[in-house]
Amino acid sequence: MKARTRLALFAIPVVGVAALLLWSFAGLPSFGHYRGPYGNEINAQAVPRRHTTNAVAAVNFDYRGFDTIGEEFILFAAVMGVSALLRLQRQEHKEESPLEHARAHASTEMADSVAVVCMGLVTPFVLLGLYIVVHGHLTPGGGFQGGVILASAFLMVYLAGRYITFRQLSPKGLLDAGEGSGAGGFVLVGFVGMLAGAAFLENVLPLGQSGKVFSAGTLPVINLSVGFEVGAGLLLVMWEFLEQALMVRS
Amino acid sequence: MIGVLQGVAMLTVGIFGFAVVLNRDPLPQAMVFTFFGGSLVVLFIVLQAPDVSLSAIVVGAMAYPLMTVLTLAKCRGRSR
Repeated sequence: MKARTRLALFAIPVVGVAALLLWSFAGLPSFGHYRGPYGNEINAQAVPRRHTTNAVAAVNFDYRGFDTIGEEFILFAAVMGVSALLRLQRQEHKEESPLEHARAHASTEMADSVAVVCMGLVTPFVLLGLYIVVHGHLTPGGGFQGGVILASAFLMVYLAGRYITFRQLSPKGLLDAGEGSGAGGFVLVGFVGMLAGAAFLENVLPLGQSGKVFSAGTLPVINLSVGFEVGAGLLLVMWEFLEQALMVRS
Repeated sequence: MIGVLQGVAMLTVGIFGFAVVLNRDPLPQAMVFTFFGGSLVVLFIVLQAPDVSLSAIVVGAMAYPLMTVLTLAKCRGRSR
């Protein structure tokens, strides 16, 4: 096909799509003028009905909790896929395990200043991660964000040049268990609703007083399990990548 | 109406997004992407969406660049 023909074939749909896009933009509600009923409805209902001050958490883990289970299992499947892809291939061989290599090269090339900053960030990251997970139903954040922050605390240990410590802090069996039980915990909370004679994932636990840590029924429980799943899952991916990227040669 | 702050935040996202596309080499691209992620964080804060903003921080500043850099390390290790 000639370049000119190709360009002509390309131009026709481009003009069409551009025209349709402009047409649809012209029909959009103006910026900041939300027209749908759901946002205002949820803002009005979240505190009196669910006793949560974070309406986003109420939407994610309660009103449309079933969708969030699907999203969580997307992450779960992605982590499993990465682990499967990065496992030791048959034609590859380990020259030495990363742990042995790290032991043999005890002095790392990391600058002292980087190591000090990274080690100093570990504790704040752990605290911040736990805070974000535990207060997911009160303030912005939740299991997903907190889980990633928790995982990055472990990453800081690695960045400080302490690969051996990183390995000791995150044993693979524990990560596997944490990821699996975190993902399963969410579904279990859903079945608790059914056991209580309500719908799957219905918020049947006592709602408590709005604004307190122990409130909003199932929301903090789900946040905790999601935090476990995301934190352990991300660490697992990092673990596999480091194992591979550091040592294995094909 | 779009306020000045919102307009500046959106423009910054556009500029950094363009910069990400202009970088063809994955490693500098990953670095520029963190700036793009940072500009998204600011935009979400300006639009009063702190929950999304936190997600943008953890994805844009932590998860995505980490995955890119680790993948690059793995690929370079193989080609060596």
